[in-house]
Amino acid sequence: MSIASALRAAKRQSLSLIFLVIGAVLVLFTILTLINMIFRQIVLEPEGLLEAASDPEVTKSILLTLYASLLATLIAMILGTPLAYVLARHDFPGKSIVESIIDVPVIIPHSVAGIALYALFMSRSPVGKAFSSVGIIFEDGLWGIVVAMLFVSAPFYVNAAREGFQSVNPRLDRVARTLGASQWKAFYRITLPLAIRHLFSGAIMAWARGISEFGAVIMIAFYPMIAPILIFYKFTTHGLKAAQPIAVLLILICLVVFIALRTSSKYWERRK
Amino acid sequence: MITLEKVSHKWEDFSLKNISFNVKKGEYFIILGPTAAGKTLILETIAGFYIPHEGKILLNEKESTRIPPENRNIGFVYQDYSLFPHMTVGENIAFGLKMRKLPTSEVETEVQNIIDSMNISYLKDRSPSTLSGGEQQRVALARALVINPAILLLDEPLSALDPRIRESLREELKRIHRTRGTTTIHVTHDQSEALALADRIGVIINGEVIQVDTPHKIFNEPISEDMAIFVGVENIIRGKIVSREDGLVLVDIGHYQIRALSNLTEGEVNVFIRPENIILSKVKLESSARNSLSGRITKITQFGATFRIYMDNGLSALVTKQAIEELGLRIEEKVYASFKATAIHLIRR
Repeated sequence: MSIASALRAAKRQSLSLIFLVIGAVLVLFTILTLINMIFRQIVLEPEGLLEAASDPEVTKSILLTLYASLLATLIAMILGTPLAYVLARHDFPGKSIVESIIDVPVIIPHSVAGIALYALFMSRSPVGKAFSSVGIIFEDGLWGIVVAMLFVSAPFYVNAAREGFQSVNPRLDRVARTLGASQWKAFYRITLPLAIRHLFSGAIMAWARGISEFGAVIMIAFYPMIAPILIFYKFTTHGLKAAQPIAVLLILICLVVFIALRTSSKYWERRK
Repeated sequence: MITLEKVSHKWEDFSLKNISFNVKKGEYFIILGPTAAGKTLILETIAGFYIPHEGKILLNEKESTRIPPENRNIGFVYQDYSLFPHMTVGENIAFGLKMRKLPTSEVETEVQNIIDSMNISYLKDRSPSTLSGGEQQRVALARALVINPAILLLDEPLSALDPRIRESLREELKRIHRTRGTTTIHVTHDQSEALALADRIGVIINGEVIQVDTPHKIFNEPISEDMAIFVGVENIIRGKIVSREDGLVLVDIGHYQIRALSNLTEGEVNVFIRPENIILSKVKLESSARNSLSGRITKITQFGATFRIYMDNGLSALVTKQAIEELGLRIEEKVYASFKATAIHLIRR
């Protein structure tokens, strides 16, 4: 292709080309921010990263973060899947109100959510007292971290799952019924397998959202320290040099896990 | 076999009103109606997806209004075929048998039998997304038939196909019905499809059953003006019976008097004449059982392979291109429109 014809082609596509250049700024902004930090840490100060990785306080905190968010995601799946199904398949009075309520945690400031959760679940509260009698402690405890993560991440799961169920034609379910499947069998054999990819990606989103939560968790459970809180604590007490290695470590672990999950879900998909 | 007794159901934006009809064992029954007449909803109600707010459904003379769909032994084929996309063709067809907990070996044989009989064994391991419309249709039929349903419900099974394949699948449906004798309810908006397949037709317009009859009666003896318009009668003329002799009545339609075969003896009537029953000629065709009305051609329009001739006597006729050339039919030309007394249907107005 000659330069002239390339220019002519470019002119025909001028709108998309200009939009591409403008849009690229946003992508660069994201990449630059993260790459800058990761590059500086790994290349310029690798010993800091190794030190953080061998610090039991750090590894324990990262593991706690992953674990607490996993618990929150599992709860979101158990409670959210039925809710998503009902919202996808049925119309009922007040449905739009329910849908708005589900989205509330996305909209309100997370420190506000944290305060609200603390007020409800603190050890002095009736709810906190009731749960502590069966050994579940929220204030400065694992379950406090879990409820905070659940609160902020559940909308991501429920919305993805609802979209998943909506994408399955209800006629498939009906045909299965005429072929002799009960409601439960039709759900299990037809609707669920067809929506599973959405449920899975919703779960990954919810898990990631849980891991990144800071504002809501710090209000109800400063201790045991999840990684975002540990990073904040180190940053305010020892500065960037102490906080950055932990941040890089957390982001690397998360990236590895998410890439692994994405690839395995794609592989799964192809096998079907 | 299947009886609907005054079935009514209200949805948010649509309702079925007082639906009653009866389908006999082994019958091929067609529900004919325009788009959005509620045809699919009737099938889904028969299948048990909706419990009607009023009325009863009897299957096999047994009150079945509240029996869940999985216990009705019904085969259902939707317009979009609704094959399970996450299963192969073979797994799709085997689904109903597995739900009936048949042993694996038996499932295998049954699936093989049905796909052999429908000539689709080459599709067995394919995924539904790779099939053509006609192939999907056959698979959907096989999946519905393999469970040996007491009733087969077909929701516009041919309308998503291109015309050439539609023809061959229509024959296929006929063949299946002849060999298996399954009681079938087939929903369509296509009148030629209804004529070609139906033992009886129920016409549904706007959630109501208008007429249930044999195809001949539906098309030639519609019971109301709406029905007549729907089945394409075209020539709907107001008249008044003036006398009656030898089983024929004389009807005054303004400028003319025509003879018609009818049970009616007097009063104001609507006269229905299908356009294809009118013969055009240059000379008057005289006969006691035939009417011959003069008229002048006002408009000629093409209508598929045929032409429609409109005349100033209020009638329209369908003719071939050849007839137009042979008779030299042109606008302003004077012609005679002839039709037999038996080709006229009268209803009281």
